[in-house]
Amino acid sequence: MDFWRLTDLEIEALRLSLWVSGWAVAASLPPGILAAWVLARLRFPGKGILDGLVHLPLVLPPVVTGYLLLVLLGRNGLIGAALYAHLGIVLAFNWKGAVLAAAVMSFPLLVRAVRLSLESVDQGLEAAARTLGAGPLRVFFTVTLPLMVPGIITGLILAYARSLGEFGATITFVSNIGGQTQTLPLALYTLTQVPDGEMGALRLCILSVVIAMAALVCAEVLARRFAAHMKG
Amino acid sequence: MQIEIIRRQGNFLLEAVFRGAASGVTALFGPSGAGKTSIVNMVAGLTRPDRGRIIVNGLCLFDSDRCVDLPPERRRIGYVFQDGRLLPHLSVRANLAYGMRLTPAPRRFVTFDAVVDLLGIGHLLARRPATLSGGEKQRVAIGRALLTSPAMLLMDEPLASLDAARKAEVLPFIMRLSRRFALPILYVSHAMDEILNLADRLVILEDGRVAASGGLEQLLAQPQVQHRLAEGERGSVIATVVESVADAAGLTRLRFGDHVIKVPRIAAPRGASIRVRIAARHVAVALKLPEASSFQNILPARVDTVLDRDDASLVDIRLDLGRPLWARITRRSLVELNLAPGRPVFALIKSVAVSLGASDPSG
Repeated sequence: MDFWRLTDLEIEALRLSLWVSGWAVAASLPPGILAAWVLARLRFPGKGILDGLVHLPLVLPPVVTGYLLLVLLGRNGLIGAALYAHLGIVLAFNWKGAVLAAAVMSFPLLVRAVRLSLESVDQGLEAAARTLGAGPLRVFFTVTLPLMVPGIITGLILAYARSLGEFGATITFVSNIGGQTQTLPLALYTLTQVPDGEMGALRLCILSVVIAMAALVCAEVLARRFAAHMKG
Repeated sequence: MQIEIIRRQGNFLLEAVFRGAASGVTALFGPSGAGKTSIVNMVAGLTRPDRGRIIVNGLCLFDSDRCVDLPPERRRIGYVFQDGRLLPHLSVRANLAYGMRLTPAPRRFVTFDAVVDLLGIGHLLARRPATLSGGEKQRVAIGRALLTSPAMLLMDEPLASLDAARKAEVLPFIMRLSRRFALPILYVSHAMDEILNLADRLVILEDGRVAASGGLEQLLAQPQVQHRLAEGERGSVIATVVESVADAAGLTRLRFGDHVIKVPRIAAPRGASIRVRIAARHVAVALKLPEASSFQNILPARVDTVLDRDDASLVDIRLDLGRPLWARITRRSLVELNLAPGRPVFALIKSVAVSLGASDPSG
């Protein structure tokens, strides 16, 4: 059973992948819901531009997205330099940068799923809650958000899976540093480049499949629970 | 309740001005597309009039001149929607409590238990809206609105989506409401039957304008209002007082003005106010007092107005008994009996419908 003994490199990559993806999804959920709400409910000039901007990472080559992140948020980048000078935050070439790359890449998937569920929420219910004495913010948190739960679950799972698989933007923005930015796909790529790496690559491959399947099952279970909850 | 609303929606101009009673039911009647729902939505604050003024119980909710426009959550208006709109992710109990919790305790005029009891929904509390029948949903929706202790209740065709049996299940609760809590209710409907049972005042809406408004009894006396009703709906509504609960024949005697009408015994104490509905087709006319007849109610009257329609073989005539009473006779009888205005006659009343809600004066 030596085949299943993971090397330190692989364990580190697995741990880092779960960690980075978790943070990426957690950090993009609030802005994701906000963006979905703005796109679904508001009308304003330039809405098309915002819509395009949100979806850009979906259509751009990931390497381009990664390079843009580097230009903007690198140590000498437009925003990155200011972040470092005023807040001491460095994003390039560490795990926080990997989180940002994963978050940006998975953001459109999250927003699309959340927006779909928001559009299916009956605004008549929100109006009813208003007449019952709830202000707009309370209505959002007690009516709109709970009814969006199925879409939020779908969005989270999609985004998490996308984050786990993120490669191009990550390697361009934060490079391939073991223990810092070397996530599962990057480690797999590294293993395919070295002699005797096939076994490790295969193990990571299987591991990826297992994680992805687990995420899907998880989403399915949660969705069923929610449906059962609504039926009472 | 004072409502003056002007709003343009596309090609449709809504221009409604009317007053409602401080308590009791004001019915908003009209065909679909007349602007009924638009009006209640503006009263609730869900849509904004272009211009106008909405005052409920002395509280100004909207005034375009003084730039007042309270948001819906501060209007203290309970709204029962046609489709219920219960929150699907909450239990019946949580739905009922949703608005109650947001109402400061000192302002509540009704308790959770009282409402649950009144509407008979105690056995539903743990369930979710998806498992309720249409009638149950509407009762919960009424309870939910009531528990916010509103200054007024809006009901937008709350019975429209229900079948006849479910209607009969919900209607009595609505009748009890207005009497029990002295709460003004603005009741939207295109079903005259509901209105004749419920309403104290009537506002008839047509193409976004108020065609007529006033007390139900007075409005029904008007020929042009009768014209708007379907054949079977034409008739009169008379407010009466219980004179004796059971006479020698076991009938309840109801007095109005100088007259008494007898109806099968009803469960109401002496002195209670009872509304009766008398369909025009259930009233016949005779020149002389019939010597022997099965009519329990034969009242002296005078012909007041003949509502002549050239094409029909039937004619509606308005009799004056101190109150107006519509009778339907054939054109032939009209000629044979020579029923001109002013002629003394006897009204033969075949059947009297006692309004359901009115039989519960104490409740």
